[in-house]
Amino acid sequence: MTDRSVSAAVDVAPHHASALSRLMRRMQSGWRSIVVFIPYVWLLLFFLLPFFIVAKISVAQLVIASPPFTDMIKWTDDGVMSIRLAFDNFAYIFEDDLYVKTYINSLKISSISTILCLLIGYPIAYGIIRSGPVTRKLLLFAIILPFWTSFLLRVYAWMGLLADQGNINNLLIWLGLIDEPIRLMYSEFAVYVGIVYTYLPFMILPLYANMEKLDATLNEAAADLGSRPTNTFLKITLPLTMPGIIAGSLLVFIPATGEYVIPDLLGGGNVLMIGRLLFNEFHQNVDWPTASAVAIVLLFLLVLPMIIYQYYQAKATEEP
Amino acid sequence: MTGDPASSDTPWLDQGAEPLIKIRGVTKKFGDFTAVNNVDLDIFQGELFCLLGGSGCGKSTLLRMLSGFETTSTGTISIDGIDMSNVPPYERPTNMMFQSYALFPHMTVEKNVAFGLKQDKIPAAQVAERVDDILKLVELQDYHKRKPHQLSGGQKQRVALARALVKQPKVLLLDEPLAALDKKLREQTQFELMNIQEKVGITFIVVTHDQEEAMTLSSRIAVMDEGEFVQIGTPTEIYEFPETRFVAGFIGSANMFEGRVVEDGPDHVRVMTDLGEIYIDHGQSVREGNRVWVAIRPEKIHLSKEPPTEPGPNQAIGMVDDIGYLGNTSIYKIKLENDRIIDVTAPNQIRPKTRTHRITWEEKVYLHWDASSAVLLNK
Repeated sequence: MTDRSVSAAVDVAPHHASALSRLMRRMQSGWRSIVVFIPYVWLLLFFLLPFFIVAKISVAQLVIASPPFTDMIKWTDDGVMSIRLAFDNFAYIFEDDLYVKTYINSLKISSISTILCLLIGYPIAYGIIRSGPVTRKLLLFAIILPFWTSFLLRVYAWMGLLADQGNINNLLIWLGLIDEPIRLMYSEFAVYVGIVYTYLPFMILPLYANMEKLDATLNEAAADLGSRPTNTFLKITLPLTMPGIIAGSLLVFIPATGEYVIPDLLGGGNVLMIGRLLFNEFHQNVDWPTASAVAIVLLFLLVLPMIIYQYYQAKATEEP
Repeated sequence: MTGDPASSDTPWLDQGAEPLIKIRGVTKKFGDFTAVNNVDLDIFQGELFCLLGGSGCGKSTLLRMLSGFETTSTGTISIDGIDMSNVPPYERPTNMMFQSYALFPHMTVEKNVAFGLKQDKIPAAQVAERVDDILKLVELQDYHKRKPHQLSGGQKQRVALARALVKQPKVLLLDEPLAALDKKLREQTQFELMNIQEKVGITFIVVTHDQEEAMTLSSRIAVMDEGEFVQIGTPTEIYEFPETRFVAGFIGSANMFEGRVVEDGPDHVRVMTDLGEIYIDHGQSVREGNRVWVAIRPEKIHLSKEPPTEPGPNQAIGMVDDIGYLGNTSIYKIKLENDRIIDVTAPNQIRPKTRTHRITWEEKVYLHWDASSAVLLNK
């Protein structure tokens, strides 16, 4: 030991430096693995684990107890472990017309809303890109501004606007365009207004991010080669903004399908959407297993198309 | 006149020749800023014409007005006798090769090149044939299915060239075509570009800030500064007979001296300057006593360790202040008796036995130059 310390003292400078750098490197690689580890833990704790709990409940059976479902694993007296997986909840969902209809209606409403968001959002994003640097910042700010107000408040504001005695009806009557209020609230129309209004920024922002990277000289190059503006849009701009279109559409479509607040407040009892049905199963019927099964089916409805899309996307980028 | 074989090489000297491109009184303003200021220019069929100038001199704006991306504030541009004022870019008989190449990233090489032909509703079989031919011309015949991101810089440059050439435009506009390539590739590509231009016979207009590139490529060069043409001429004319101090300094390097005209003969001028008396054997009418500028290129001054046999004009004495060894040549910084430093370059024809130069630091040297070497400048 003493020998070592002597030799270390002799050439202290280089030795010291290398030891320090080695330590730094080890610390760095340690940090790196910790940093990578954090999102995994997060996903495990707050996504995968709850998912398994919901999945477990979905194959349980309803009992009047607390919690209101049967255990999956039971130990009998003679030490035998029995696992009960009741798939009748899923069978029930597919047998009952109500659920199937509600799924289809939810997908219809969210699909149409997504298309509406795209039709409104695309020109807006394009306009923001084309505007000057100062206007561009202002417009972007205006897009993000609604997030500073509570989502619920904004939906309530729409209730005020759309009600029979609301601002829109009052204005139309005052203008003499109509004699008595038109029914705007508690209709699919109101739900579309709510969803499109709420989710429009989620369409615009990814489109903006995508278009910002677009090279404007590509449009000039196309024009130079004899392409008219419409053709340039279809052949150059649209294919190149496809990643933004897909990202924006997914960000609108997925949450809109499971939306609860908007159909509940603006659609009332007249608009069937899966979010409301799930809420009713859970809270009014206290049927946790059916509610969980509804949620699991919804998850697969949304995740499967995404996985298929990802698979083809990965394949397309691999191709030489 | 048109039958004269010389006129096909130098159509701009032929009074009867009809220019392909006529630029008349063209001005372009962006707000208060005048990018191009009232320029006139004729460019003839088959020329490889260079617009040369520093950044912001208006050369790119002029090119963009030719392609139709910018409108002229005043003045007209006509191509092949047709006024282009109201012709949108997609209907002009020009094609452009962009500085950034602007290749469509989502299309293969083949589709990029075919894009322009498809706009003209040309049958698919013919499109394929022309794409094949042009890719062969730029030596990319094996790259049909590649995407732009799978190509090197030089390959992208050639795809961009092929895409612009395949439509056989009347005029090909090239915006800094070689700027993105490294030096070695750039030099090689210059010659390829000239060969291709000769083969296809299309008029090329090249915008560049690189004077060497302009010198190598062009049939004629227009030197631009602050939105105006400073001088238009062949590379030799521009280099050997710069008209202004700007041109003399921008193209190559030049030693410039302010002086006073002491004699203005019919075929010669004598100017008294810092460098002593300069005798110029090509006359230009200037008034005696006027202040003028004279330029002498560094390679046109000879260095000698021996004093001249007899005194006279076009001689000076100096001291070697510094030497820059460039391999093929050396630059000598010569300090004159009045402390002014001038540049002289000399080829290194003989390999030195030691690492020292034939003429070395702090050595007294005698300078002399030919009567034809100096040039009188207007401004």
